Amino acid sequence: MPTTIAFRLNGKATRLRVDDPQMPLLYALRNDLGLQGPRFGCGLGQCGACTVHVDGEAVRSCVTPVAAIKGRKVVTLEGLGTPEHPDPLQQAFIDEQAVQCGYCINGMIMQAKAMLNANPHPTEDQIRQELAQNLCRCGTHVRIVRAIQRASGGDAK
Amino acid sequence: MTISRRGFLQKSGSLVVTFSLASLASRAQTTPAPPSAAQPSVGAPPPPPVDGFIAIGADGKVTVFSGKVDLGTGVRTAIAQIAAEELTVPFTSVEVIQGDTLLTPDQGVTFGSLSIQNGGTQIRLAAATAREALLGKAAEKLGVPRTELTIHDGRIEAKGSGKGVTYAELVGGKKLEIKLDPKAPLKDTESYSIVGKPVPRLDIPGKVTGRFMYMQDFKREGMVHARVIRPAGVKASLESFDDAAAKKIPGFLTTVRRGNFLAVVAKNEWAAIKASRAVKAKWSDWAGLPDGSKIWEWLRQVKVNKDEVLQKAGDVAGPIKAAKKLTATYDFAIHTHGSIGPSCAVAEAKDGKITVWTASQATHLLQRQLALMLGLKDAEVRCIYIDGSGCYGRNGHEDAAADAVLIALEVKKPVRVQWSRADEHGWDPKGPPTLHDFRASLDEGGMPVSWESEVFLPDRPAKISCALVGAQLSGLPTDVPSGHPGGVQQSLAIAYSVPNVKVTAHWLDETPFRASWIRTPGRMQNTYANESFIDECAAAAGIDPLDYRRRLLKDPRGLELLDRLAKLANWTPRAKGSARGGGEVVTGRGMSYVKYELVRTYVGVVADVEVNRKTGAVKVKKFYIAHDCGQIINPDGVRNQLEGNVVQTTSRVLFEQLTFDRSKVTSLDWATYPILTFPDAPAVAIDLIDRPKEVPWGAGEPTAAVVPAAIANAIYDATGARLRSVPFTPNKVLAALKG
Repeated sequence: MPTTIAFRLNGKATRLRVDDPQMPLLYALRNDLGLQGPRFGCGLGQCGACTVHVDGEAVRSCVTPVAAIKGRKVVTLEGLGTPEHPDPLQQAFIDEQAVQCGYCINGMIMQAKAMLNANPHPTEDQIRQELAQNLCRCGTHVRIVRAIQRASGGDAK
Repeated sequence: MTISRRGFLQKSGSLVVTFSLASLASRAQTTPAPPSAAQPSVGAPPPPPVDGFIAIGADGKVTVFSGKVDLGTGVRTAIAQIAAEELTVPFTSVEVIQGDTLLTPDQGVTFGSLSIQNGGTQIRLAAATAREALLGKAAEKLGVPRTELTIHDGRIEAKGSGKGVTYAELVGGKKLEIKLDPKAPLKDTESYSIVGKPVPRLDIPGKVTGRFMYMQDFKREGMVHARVIRPAGVKASLESFDDAAAKKIPGFLTTVRRGNFLAVVAKNEWAAIKASRAVKAKWSDWAGLPDGSKIWEWLRQVKVNKDEVLQKAGDVAGPIKAAKKLTATYDFAIHTHGSIGPSCAVAEAKDGKITVWTASQATHLLQRQLALMLGLKDAEVRCIYIDGSGCYGRNGHEDAAADAVLIALEVKKPVRVQWSRADEHGWDPKGPPTLHDFRASLDEGGMPVSWESEVFLPDRPAKISCALVGAQLSGLPTDVPSGHPGGVQQSLAIAYSVPNVKVTAHWLDETPFRASWIRTPGRMQNTYANESFIDECAAAAGIDPLDYRRRLLKDPRGLELLDRLAKLANWTPRAKGSARGGGEVVTGRGMSYVKYELVRTYVGVVADVEVNRKTGAVKVKKFYIAHDCGQIINPDGVRNQLEGNVVQTTSRVLFEQLTFDRSKVTSLDWATYPILTFPDAPAVAIDLIDRPKEVPWGAGEPTAAVVPAAIANAIYDATGARLRSVPFTPNKVLAALKG
């Protein structure tokens, strides 16, 4: 049944009319709200490419029904910064050139950002554990860890 | 698209460097070419070929037309560096257009670590041709001999006089076409300021902020969304379907059926997904796949189409005095590409012509395959590249394009096909199962006097070409001669000096799944077997494995590389498992070396591993890499590739294996086809050997070739157990420890 869902998206009040409130948030963001930071990777909550923040927490938008975000705050990769004014974590990924194909990078940044908000100075082991459910196929792991260390003021070895 | 190539060039520039195929061929002879390597084996480019490489506009902007595409490797940036350097223009004034069959030349498929070696070399020559032509014009215009001219940032100046003229002024409003000069003088690499530098990649700021457009983001006005409903068995037939429930879904448009090809179309993506789940399809029983638990027995009974001797020295069957004899068999599981973003394409059919937006690594090959499928002329199909998720070979991108075309022809609207995770894991073409047998004889001193290896690889008959799955399901023609994995026998021949050698490929008539190329195809499996077996020989001889290889190598560049590797890794001689301890968790280190395909990139690695003898779990702690790919275009780009090679291949070697029953693939997601995660990613230390005066060889694949044996050899060093079957799962490790 068509429903209207009100929530905050990247700081702005947003109202969205959907045919199916069970539709995953990912499709609302990508196809109805013009965002492309969150990416479709598996639709199963296994890879992390679709990660967004809901009330500050990293969640998998591919398995989150759009109805579940009613009245909540959603932030996507676009909400962190732009190429002109990147967030410090995005800048750290640029500085470390921590991208190959980059398809997974949305999830890496969103997952890491949520962690840094709660724990600004994680150890390397904490970073690796935090990202254990985010898959990268190109093998950019080493650089991604370095970028997060750089953003957290830790030693980027 | 209404844009024509002529229109584009008139708009964007008026000095264009074109080429004839003859000029490229003559240049190719002067460049050490990779043999049959990864070149498409057959298939002439469509006449008339697009023949422009570089255009310089009246605004001084440089457009490079690259048939090679950036698959997430940074090649776009490297190609721009090469063009900017040779033209002597600011890096920022160069734009690269990639993989558009209407605009870019056919430089072959983007594979085989050839984008820089072949593609980049051609573009460098085109840039040199343009620069020389402009110098000639400037000399005329300024009335100064050419020897008195210098270039800074696209401005040609007379030395000492301050007089000068920019490229833009020289080009003016005129249209000028010049032929590529295969002998155009190349800039002295000593004067380089852009090539050889770690220029930041052009695509990264957009990729970390959501600004970058991937294939999966591309939209067309009036576009509809489709999902394909896959058969219950690889070759099952569609007996009937019922889409009554799908029709009730808001946004549902139609069901498309063509033979065994079945798809649903909807106004929006979620409706298409729901509709694909709601359709009830009845498929015939089909169970023609081999028993996965007996795959190697199955492989050994497949008909051999031909035997090919790849390397021969002395006589392995002659009288050989052997103090010791060794035999070993190695196998390597079927792998999937595992792109994080499943394949996606958009197609439009209009006025008898087809346009496809695709992340294909092979837009020109795809153009030929689609034209063949539809009975069109090549020129009636245009394929336009848009970056996708990394593919590491031929994944499902081309198949998604064929799906989109088949549906677009029915619905007369632009159609987007997004593959599901199960589509990608289940239906992308696979890296075939590979099996090796080895025999060697050692002399009194432990050095090999005979070496025999045999590999079992899928041959290239039509029935195992990399066909388009949509064409197969629809019963349409799809075999294109070049749609085969190329050069998979490469790197089985050895660089070591052994008096009696015989290296043979057995080309098999069948393989269980559509055979494709996945990063380092064949070369990875072959190098794994070679470098494991040489390690077994060294161990049998009681000689340090690095020293053993050194004694067998004559090539000074290879020897230098081994020295650099030993220094980087702080290698200490080890024979007979010098690291073996007695605890539950033991550590070891192993090494591996290759001169890729015997003609290009040298790479050696050392792996440090930890093995848990109780659980069988292997953890790779660190890799050391010494790498010599000749001239380096972008050292940070090369490092990024090498790190990726190590981590991705560690994943393939420790964790990955396609599973299937008699009907279909059963590893359809990341739970059933696990890959390496962050806690298991090894650290990587790199020594890059830069040789600016040498040919720039590829870096996208060679390091992956040496990873598997280095891990296997390190496990041996730690435990005394040989792992001869990839992946090295805990069960196999435990079995080897008992064995």
